[in-house]
Amino acid sequence: MSKLMLGNEAVARGLYEAGVSVVSSYPGTPSTEITEFASKYPSDKLYCEWAPNEKVACETAIGASIAGARSFCAMKHVGLNVAADPLFTASYTGVNGGMVIAVADDPGMHSSQNEQDSRHYAIGAKVPCLEPSDSQECKDFTLTAYDISEKFDTPVILRLTTRVSHSQSAVSEDEPISYSLKPYEKNIAKYVMTPANAIKKHAAVEQRTDALTEYAESCALNAVEKHGSKIGVITSGVCYQYSKEALGDKVNYLKLGMVNPLPVELIKSFAAECETVYVIEELDDVIETHCRKLGINVVGKEKFTRLGEYFQSSIKKVILGETDSFKEFPESVPVRPPVLCAGCPHRGVFYILKKLGVTVSGDIGCYTLGSAAPLSSIDTTVCMGASVSGLHGFNKGRRGEYEGKAVAVIGDSTFIHSGVTGLINIAYNRSNSTVIILDNSITGMTGHQNNPANGKNIYGDPAAAVDLEALARAVGINSVRVTDPNDLAATEAAIREELAKDEPSVIIARRPCALLKTVKHAPPFKINADKCKNCRACMKIGCPALCWGEKHVTVDPTLCVGCGLCKQLCKFGAIEE
Amino acid sequence: MVRSIMIVGVGGQGTLLASRILGSVLQSSGLQVKVSEVHGMSQRGGSVVTYIKYGDEVYSPVIEKGQADIIVSFELLEAARWLSYLKEGGELITNTQKISPMPVITGAAAYPENIEDKIRAAGVKLTAVDALSAAEKAGSVKAVNVVLMGVLSRLHDGFSQEQWEKAVEECVPPKAAEINRKAFELGRELV
Repeated sequence: MSKLMLGNEAVARGLYEAGVSVVSSYPGTPSTEITEFASKYPSDKLYCEWAPNEKVACETAIGASIAGARSFCAMKHVGLNVAADPLFTASYTGVNGGMVIAVADDPGMHSSQNEQDSRHYAIGAKVPCLEPSDSQECKDFTLTAYDISEKFDTPVILRLTTRVSHSQSAVSEDEPISYSLKPYEKNIAKYVMTPANAIKKHAAVEQRTDALTEYAESCALNAVEKHGSKIGVITSGVCYQYSKEALGDKVNYLKLGMVNPLPVELIKSFAAECETVYVIEELDDVIETHCRKLGINVVGKEKFTRLGEYFQSSIKKVILGETDSFKEFPESVPVRPPVLCAGCPHRGVFYILKKLGVTVSGDIGCYTLGSAAPLSSIDTTVCMGASVSGLHGFNKGRRGEYEGKAVAVIGDSTFIHSGVTGLINIAYNRSNSTVIILDNSITGMTGHQNNPANGKNIYGDPAAAVDLEALARAVGINSVRVTDPNDLAATEAAIREELAKDEPSVIIARRPCALLKTVKHAPPFKINADKCKNCRACMKIGCPALCWGEKHVTVDPTLCVGCGLCKQLCKFGAIEE
Repeated sequence: MVRSIMIVGVGGQGTLLASRILGSVLQSSGLQVKVSEVHGMSQRGGSVVTYIKYGDEVYSPVIEKGQADIIVSFELLEAARWLSYLKEGGELITNTQKISPMPVITGAAAYPENIEDKIRAAGVKLTAVDALSAAEKAGSVKAVNVVLMGVLSRLHDGFSQEQWEKAVEECVPPKAAEINRKAFELGRELV
């Protein structure tokens, strides 16, 4: 009996069936659920953890692999930037127990800051890369990835995209294999990458790529589907599904399940039987460039974009010239961008920062939404941790001109991930910078994962909790204070006072995420229509539960959680409990 | 033959759970099913969409403009937004609940008036129900999603009431089973 599973859930099932025993990941959309589902299997067989960041997760997986276990880590595309350092050298050491890194790209940027294509990492690190196109393949390719890893002595990248990770389709469940730990033997030439050893290993890596290319010519991951057409399509991943839907049996297909290294003879012989060959791949022209290097004149990015997702209609339009007709709503529909939730503890901080006209160096998390109107507080967002180090650079760059007028905002999980190193730099290289840690006691945006600062591990069991105040002091910040962001007066005082000081400082704005089940909410507030002057002072906080009307503001009782922020802004006492 | 259903709404309204219930009904019927969801940032009060496709052989998990047989909208403005995804002769089911998006909240845009009439005038078969009141009656405003699955179960034949009820029971947390059972029943009574 098959079961409907997300691609991510199917990868987790694959880990279980492959006898993997160590999983270490940092959450990141669209990869997060792999590790969440993996943690539902018995931990004595499949141990799982949330690591502080992707580099730590990858190195944990490397250590487990060297120890003889099958190991795994998952991350989003930008997470692999953080884990790139261990990846490139793990490619040289190779593995003992099999090791797989799942990396989930986000074409269309549903929940990401860029649209990078992870296949370049597989090419750069010279490791094999598999790309499934549905949930069954997510499981099957995971199992195959471990066989490849051990056979060719290499870490393997399993590349996913949002539509594969977050689509459900049927998966058949099988019994897990019985995998015993491989013996660990000290092997300095293999595991100690001093130049003398690494020089030899680099040669081995190049030979391995040749062997993997040979494997790619005939492995079951790469499949030709002939339908007697003069048109050929070379594709991989979810683009195969879009192509099949758009073109059906009207073309021949070469579906590449292994996208690094790419086969040579297989592609040449496929192309030789077609008059026109299209390469259909989202994001960069990786397969197309390979084909052109082989002297095959394919149609690729001159017809298909490098931007965003494809889908069936764009393929149908380019190749068959067909389009679907549809009706439109007769007038323009207001956009509905994501917003900070009603009761979000970040809202108070952003309201005060806007009020004070402070420059805000932002970071990655729910609180990036503090950049949206009407709060519009945030000036910059680059990558995890960049708020803290970026503020330091901003202050150095302006030679102190913005000191006292600029802050960094960063969440608790992001601070642990890579904010703390920036804070060390602020203390060590001395800039008068103020860092606000938005401590909502959870990793929020990715759907509520525990983290090293909230005292619980992935299983919800008690764990050591980072003492953020003590940590800030330990790195050399002397002015450290805690404030409740739902108390606007106290938060404003804290920010004003710390900005006025002639030294670096840390403010911890501490209140748990309003969506946590452990947070008890007050009943929704009401507007006293007689008292409301419709001045709209309360609307400045951008709360989705408040809406302005012709005569007075209204509260949506299905959204309001009674946080009381709006009440603090009403001079007329019109907002009542 | 592939059929396509979209579930659209506002992040936080429980569209994901509704799509899991529908996916479970279809899967239990032995059809090939694909369900495509949206997680992460756009879930935070943004416009959200789930695609459900089923049939003998389903390839793309995504539905595009002019391709949906049925759209179930959890909010009125979202019904207008996603209307263009309906195919000729397609059917739209919407909750009449209104949730203002941020541009309306700040006064930068107006919430369109008479959305239901305008959708009907476009020649679309529309079923509009007050799922919020039914959910309140069932015991929780959060049960809007299950009320709407009750509505869909009446308008979408081919699957037995038992199949639907079993799927609801499987997909909702045990603590909320009774409220959701009632919400499903009240949804069925709305049409």
